[in-house]
Amino acid sequence: MADVRRFLYINRKAPYGTIYALESLEVVLIGAAFEQDVSLAFLDDGVFQLAKGQDTSGIGMKGFSAIYRALGDYGVTKLYVETDSLATRGLTLDDLQAITFEDENDGYTEKPSIIPVNKAEMAKVMAEQDVVLSF
Amino acid sequence: MGYMFNGAEAEHDEEGYLTDLGQWTPELALLIAQAENLEMTDERWEVVNFLRDYYEEYQVAPAIRVLTKALSKSMGPEKGNSEYLYELFPYGPAKQACKIAGLPKPTGCI
Repeated sequence: MADVRRFLYINRKAPYGTIYALESLEVVLIGAAFEQDVSLAFLDDGVFQLAKGQDTSGIGMKGFSAIYRALGDYGVTKLYVETDSLATRGLTLDDLQAITFEDENDGYTEKPSIIPVNKAEMAKVMAEQDVVLSF
Repeated sequence: MGYMFNGAEAEHDEEGYLTDLGQWTPELALLIAQAENLEMTDERWEVVNFLRDYYEEYQVAPAIRVLTKALSKSMGPEKGNSEYLYELFPYGPAKQACKIAGLPKPTGCI
């Protein structure tokens, strides 16, 4: 595959209440069809997007939290989560959904997709990208 | 617009996808398949049921590449390839099979 570019989708907003999180996911799923190197970053209120046990029945909106668990099937296997943002909101990694992918290069072993990073590491991840899209 | 069914109407969009997923029943699937000129064989049901299970778990209709990979894993490579799926659903497995399964059009369907 020639010319694979590195795409990072940055998610900064809570999942429900605005359309940003769902729009970001849809763009990611569409982009994944083009076999690029896609990763996602979650910071600020964006970390809530991965929180487990979300129930949207009270707001009359379709829940889409389960879609994050399908990302591995789409070849999206790197979800960077900024740990300061978690801590500020009283969250830990245990409050997030378990999201895994099967590593084709390693006998389809299930591996975690969530990669906790601090601020400096997140800045480095961003600096390594060809394209950064913010939602 | 809708599929007339048991004296009631199941609404669909301009492309024939059900507006309300909750209205789907196997009998309605037969009706949608008929509108697509497809007979529901066991092989077609297998794919339709697989899609419904996938949607139930992940809340997303898989793109074709994802569907073939997942099918291949659970039913073997002879079923998890696009040639086989296009034989069953000539107008696009993801599109036609999803429609019959009562799911929305797959995201990333190009």
